[in-house]
Amino acid sequence: MGGYIIRRSLLAIPLLLIISFLTFVLNALSPMDPAEVVLHAQGVPRITDDLLAETRAALGMDQPFFIRYLNWLLSCLQLDFGNSYVTGKPVWSMLGPAFLNTLKLTVISVVAVIVLSIGLGIICALTEGRLVDKSIRGAAFFLTSMPSYLLAALLVWYFSVKLDWLPTNGLESIQSYILPVSVITISYAGIYFRIVRSAMLNHLNEDYVLYGRACGLPEGRITIRLLRNSLQVAVSVFFMAIPIILGSTVVIENLFAWPGLGMLSVKSILSRDFPIIQAYVLVLAAAFVVVNTFSDMINALINPKLREDF
Amino acid sequence: MSILQVSNLRIWDGITGEVLVPNSSFELKRESCLAIVGESGSGKSLTCRAIMKLNKKTIRQSGDILLNGVGLSQLAEDEMRRRRGKQLYMILQNGMRAFDPTSAIGVHIRDTLVRHYGWNRSEIVEKMKLAMQSVRLQDPVEIMNKYPHQLSGGMLQRVMISLAIVLEPDIIIADEPTSALDTVSKYEVMEQFVKLREKMGCAMIFVSHDLGAVRQLADEVLVMRNGSIVERGTASVLFSEAKHEYTRFLVSSHTELNEHFKRVIGGPAYVSR
Amino acid sequence: MKRLHYLFKDRLAFLSLFIITSTLLAGIFAPWIAPNDPEEVHMELRFASVSWDYLLGNDHLGRCVLSRLIYGIRPSVLWVLVTLAISVGIGAIIGFISGYFKGKMDAFLMRVCDIMLSFPGYVMTLAIIGVLGVGLENILLAFVLMKWAWFARIIRTSVMQYSDAEYVKFSKALGAGSFSIMRKHIVPVSLPDIAVTSSSAFSSMILQLSGFSFLGLGVQAPHAEWGMMLNEARQVMFSRPEIMLAPGITTILFVSAVNFFTDALQVALDPKLMSIAKKKHRKGIFQKANLSRKEVA
Repeated sequence: MGGYIIRRSLLAIPLLLIISFLTFVLNALSPMDPAEVVLHAQGVPRITDDLLAETRAALGMDQPFFIRYLNWLLSCLQLDFGNSYVTGKPVWSMLGPAFLNTLKLTVISVVAVIVLSIGLGIICALTEGRLVDKSIRGAAFFLTSMPSYLLAALLVWYFSVKLDWLPTNGLESIQSYILPVSVITISYAGIYFRIVRSAMLNHLNEDYVLYGRACGLPEGRITIRLLRNSLQVAVSVFFMAIPIILGSTVVIENLFAWPGLGMLSVKSILSRDFPIIQAYVLVLAAAFVVVNTFSDMINALINPKLREDF
Repeated sequence: MSILQVSNLRIWDGITGEVLVPNSSFELKRESCLAIVGESGSGKSLTCRAIMKLNKKTIRQSGDILLNGVGLSQLAEDEMRRRRGKQLYMILQNGMRAFDPTSAIGVHIRDTLVRHYGWNRSEIVEKMKLAMQSVRLQDPVEIMNKYPHQLSGGMLQRVMISLAIVLEPDIIIADEPTSALDTVSKYEVMEQFVKLREKMGCAMIFVSHDLGAVRQLADEVLVMRNGSIVERGTASVLFSEAKHEYTRFLVSSHTELNEHFKRVIGGPAYVSR
Repeated sequence: MKRLHYLFKDRLAFLSLFIITSTLLAGIFAPWIAPNDPEEVHMELRFASVSWDYLLGNDHLGRCVLSRLIYGIRPSVLWVLVTLAISVGIGAIIGFISGYFKGKMDAFLMRVCDIMLSFPGYVMTLAIIGVLGVGLENILLAFVLMKWAWFARIIRTSVMQYSDAEYVKFSKALGAGSFSIMRKHIVPVSLPDIAVTSSSAFSSMILQLSGFSFLGLGVQAPHAEWGMMLNEARQVMFSRPEIMLAPGITTILFVSAVNFFTDALQVALDPKLMSIAKKKHRKGIFQKANLSRKEVA
C-alpha cells in the first residue's frame, strides 16, 4: 500500500505542472491586452503607445514566453500571484479569504450531502417499492430537474421573505449557512442517494445475505455487511463529488452574495481581471488534482485489488 | 418419528400472482436423508427457503411446517431467527458468494457461534479447528483469516460443513452444494457429506440435480417438476423401478451418460451403494 | 429495434418524447410561431398579466413573455443540442480510434483525455470565458472543449468491450477493412450506450448553460434565453415573484422530460432492466436508478 501511495503521488506532480502551463497559456491567449486593462482600471484618461509599452515592461511582458512562465510559476509557489489589475492589491490577499469562505461552504455541504445520500439511500433500499421509496424518488426527480438557483430562489422567497426566518445573503452567522447549504445538499443528495440505493438493492439479493440470515444472524449485523459492500461504490462517487460541488458553488455564492471564490471569479471575469482569473483556475485545478489523488488512494485502501494498477 | 412435517405448502409470487408451488406435502424422518431432485426451476430451492422462511418478501407462502412438532408458519421473526442456524442450517450452492466479500470468513463464523452459543474467541477457534481438520482443511486458523476470494469453492463448501459440525443442527438443508464445483472438489465434498451423516446423525435435505450424488447419500427421494412433487420413494427403488415417466426420463438420461463414461474410462467411476 | 417499440408503448416516455420534439420544433420555427417580437419593449405594459395579446403576460420591460420563451428555446435548447452533437462527435471519433486500435495510440489519447478530465469542468469553463469574454458562443465553445474528453472515455470503454467480440475477430480474419468493421459491427452495438450518455448529458448541459446565463456570463441582453429570463426575474423576485414562473416551469418541464426520456431509453435498450420492468407491470421509468446522469456535472 505504501508503494501505491508513493507512485500515485508522483503521478500528481507532472499533472500539476501541465495544468499550470496550460493555465498560463490560456492567459496568453486572451485577445485583450493586459496593459490596456490595467490602464483602463486605473482610470488613465489618455492611453498613449509609450504608456502601453511602459506598462507592459512593468508587467514583465517583454520577456520570452518560457521565462515568463517560469517566473510566474516560481512566484505562484510562493503564493505570489501578482497584483489584481483592478484593485492593485496582491491577488492572494483577495483570493485567500475567498477560498477559505468557499471551503467552509463546500466542506459543510459535502458532509451534509454524504449523510443525506446514505440515509435516503438506505431508507429507499429497505422500503423498496413502497410509498416512502416512491415519494422520495419522485421528489428527488423533481428537485433535480430544477436549476439549483431556481431552487435557491424559491427557498429564499419562502424562508426569508415570507417567514423572515433566515438571512438572504452574506456570511454573518450560523444561520447564513442554512439556506446555501440546504440548496446544495438537496440538489446533490437527490442525485447521489440513488447510487447508494441501487448498490444496496443489488446486494440485497446476494447470497451472503441469505446465508447470514440462514445462520440466524440478526438483521442489524446483516445490514452492516450490506452497507460495507454497497458503500464501496459510493465512496469513489462521493470523492468525485467534492470537486464538482466545489465548482458548482459558483452559482449559489452569487445568488446568496456569499463572499467566496464564486463571487470573486465572476466579478473578475466581468472586469477582465486576469491575474485573479489565472490564480483562481490554478488553485482550483490544483485542489482538484489533490482531491482526485486522495480519492484514488482511499479507493485502493478499501479495495485491495486496485493496488496493482500502477 | 418425523423431525419435519410439511403439509400443503403453497408458494406464489406476490406481485404477478403466479403460483410457483401449488401443493407440497412431505416428511423428513429423524436421522434420515431426503433428496429433492429435479431440473432447474422445478421449485426445489424455493421449497427449501420456504422451510426456513427465507424467500424474498415478494414471494408468499402458506401451509403448515412442523419442526419437532412446533409450527413454524405462525412463528414471529425473532423466534424463527433463533431456530435458524441452531436447528435449521443451510449450505448454499456457491461458497464464494455465501460469505461477505469484505470480511474474513472467521468474522461470519464468530458472529454465528457467538449468537447461538455465546462462546469466547478461544473456544470458537478450538472447536472450529477440530471441525475443520475433520473435513480435511489444513491450517484452520489461516483459513479463518482469509477473505472468500482467496479460497476455492470446494474449500468454502467444507468451511460451511465444518460450521455445521460445530453448530450441531437438527436439520441440514444442502441446496445443490456440489453444483458449482469441479469433479475433484465434488468428490471431496461428497465424501464429507457422507461422513457428516454418519458422524452427526442429523436429518438432511439434499437438493441436487446430480443423481449420482443423490444415490450416494439419500434414503428417500422426492422428484419435483414445475413446482409439484411427481414421485416419491426410497432411493434404491426409485432408480431401478421408477413409476412416473419423468423420473424414468431423469434416470435414463443420467444412466446413459454414466454408462457412456464408464465405457470410455473402462472402470467403475463412482462408488455406488 | 424491437426494443424501441417498448419505448413507444410506455406512455410517460412517449409524453416526454413528445414534449422534447415539440419544443425543438417550436424553437426551429420560432419566427412563425411566436405571437410577438421578443425584443420589443412596451414600457406601458410592464408586468402586465395574462391577456389575449400577450398570452403569458409581460416582463419588467413590457416584452411578451411567451415570445421570449419561444425564441429562448434556440439558445437554451437548440444550440445546446448542436454543441452536444459536436462534443459527442469529437468524443466518438477519438473513442472509436482509441478503443478499436488500442496500443500506443490508445495510451496517448487516453493520457490527453486524463489531463483534460483533471480540470474541474466549471472552473475551466469560467477560465475560458474569462479569457475569451462573455457570450453564448464562448460558453458553448467551452462546453465542447471540456466535454469531449468525457465522451471519448465512455465511448472508448464501450468500443473496447464490443471489439473483443468473436464476430469482429471473424471479420478481421476475413480481411474486412477497419472502417467497414467499425461501421457495420461496432457502431450499431455501441449506439445505445452513446444515446443514453448523450441524453443524460443533454439535461445537465441545459442546466449548466442556464446557470451561466443566470450569472450574466452567457447570452447577453436583449436576446432571450431561459436562464437570463430567470436572472431578470430574480431582480424583482420580492415584488413580483410570478415573473419567475414562466421560464422556471418551462425549464423544469423540459429538463424533466429529458430525464424521463433518458431513464426510459436506458430501460428500453438494456435487456436486463427491461425484463425487470416488464415483470413489475408498471411503466419502467421509476424502476432502476440511472447512474450516468450524475457524472456529467
